[in-house]
Amino acid sequence: MIEVGVLELQGNYALHHNIFSDLGIRSKGVKLPKHLDGVDGLVIPGGESTTMSLLLDTFKLREPIKDFAKENSIMGTCAGLIMMAKKIEHETKVVPLNILDIMVNRNAYGRQIMSKKMSINLKLNNELMPLNSTLIRAPKIIDYGKDVMVLTMLENSPAAVMQNMHLGLSFHPELDGISIFHELLFNPSSKYYWNNLNKVDAA
Amino acid sequence: MSNNPFDVKIGLAEMLKGGVIMDVTNHEQAKIAEDAGACAVMALERIPSDIRKDGGISRMSDPEMIKEIQRSVSIPVMAKCRIGHFAEAQVLEALEIDFIDESEVLTPADEHNHVWKHDFKVPFVCGCRNLGEALRRIAEGAALIRTKGEAGSGNIVEAVRHMRTVMNDIKKITTLNREQLVAESKNMGAPLDLVIKVSENGKLPVPNFAAGGIATPADASLMMQLGAETVFVGSGIFKSEDPAARAKAVVEATTHYKDSDKVLKASIGLKSAMKGLDMSEIPDSERLQERGW
Repeated sequence: MIEVGVLELQGNYALHHNIFSDLGIRSKGVKLPKHLDGVDGLVIPGGESTTMSLLLDTFKLREPIKDFAKENSIMGTCAGLIMMAKKIEHETKVVPLNILDIMVNRNAYGRQIMSKKMSINLKLNNELMPLNSTLIRAPKIIDYGKDVMVLTMLENSPAAVMQNMHLGLSFHPELDGISIFHELLFNPSSKYYWNNLNKVDAA
Repeated sequence: MSNNPFDVKIGLAEMLKGGVIMDVTNHEQAKIAEDAGACAVMALERIPSDIRKDGGISRMSDPEMIKEIQRSVSIPVMAKCRIGHFAEAQVLEALEIDFIDESEVLTPADEHNHVWKHDFKVPFVCGCRNLGEALRRIAEGAALIRTKGEAGSGNIVEAVRHMRTVMNDIKKITTLNREQLVAESKNMGAPLDLVIKVSENGKLPVPNFAAGGIATPADASLMMQLGAETVFVGSGIFKSEDPAARAKAVVEATTHYKDSDKVLKASIGLKSAMKGLDMSEIPDSERLQERGW
């Protein structure tokens, strides 16, 4: 039985625990390096990336998470995606973890007044899944390396990307109760598990 | 799909959870707050303890000051409008503020009505002292609820009272059946559909934060353990002797609110907290929490 950690420095970690509970997957909060012991994956939730970046250093989690990423899957949503990036455009305060070979623009969609819901299409195993996506002061992926696979696009930018066993999303599936991405990354018994997929197409 | 429906507003409140929102009066303070790990700042001209001291009419802040703060930090910026002053709220929306606090800290503009917040794209936060007040504000469109506490007092007692009251009210209505909920809805002056929703889910339909009188790392831990999902710190930081250190300590204690060793560590070596006021020193007529209907 696998157990997934959810980074609980700041942000909407509670809703990710709800999704894991819906999927019947155990999850626990990660606030200190010792909490990574025994977990099989990690979610970096939405929240404020400046706060997370600072607290990663205060509580000495930065190097342990980088090491953890060598063997285990990590999923980041919104601020979590920013934290997983290699580089952040025009940014001095947030130091990213360099887990995904992407460059992001923080809050590229603007202030809260520009936050919105949009439709996206995800195609897994040739199955087309129309999904809601909620963008909250969202980042944009503005460049990515050749090993990065784009799962879905939003307004001409990649909105869901995979590299090796890691997943980054600019939107918030947990706000819409969508569990397919958690299943894709963390549920080995699912036909949508990343390692079981025949084919992932950009839709 | 409609743009900016109610759950997009709640979405930002969700992202602010597990953090600290700090009152700031200029861009230097905003930067100190951001560097300390604040997940948002509240831009206002005078912090509540000064409003209390100076008296006079307290209004929405100068838009130029708010703009300067927006330019100087990348985290969400909130600002306050007077209760019922929808034109101030419209100005704040035009400024593209991230959250509007329809706040009892400012002098009320309408003694009967609050702003109809569903008309706005920008989300609102409102204060409450009990569940009925919280649900009236949510019915009007508030996407986030906070305790009122007693702003600018540096005294946690009222925030504790309000958080415990809301939590007890919620617990109570989860035990009632439908006909009792109708009576309870009438008693607390809250719409029946929201009362039923809370009774079924055992929690508010929007996030529930604490505000009013938080001054120390242990105060933050206390409010989080009582059920708050984030804390607002107003006068507590910039009325203390070493704001940068205190701001960082409150952030650390909020993240680790259940870990007493970490709260202890955050509490060590801080210079003096704000002085604060006993409730007996604040006459009823000067209690900010009495504002709002």
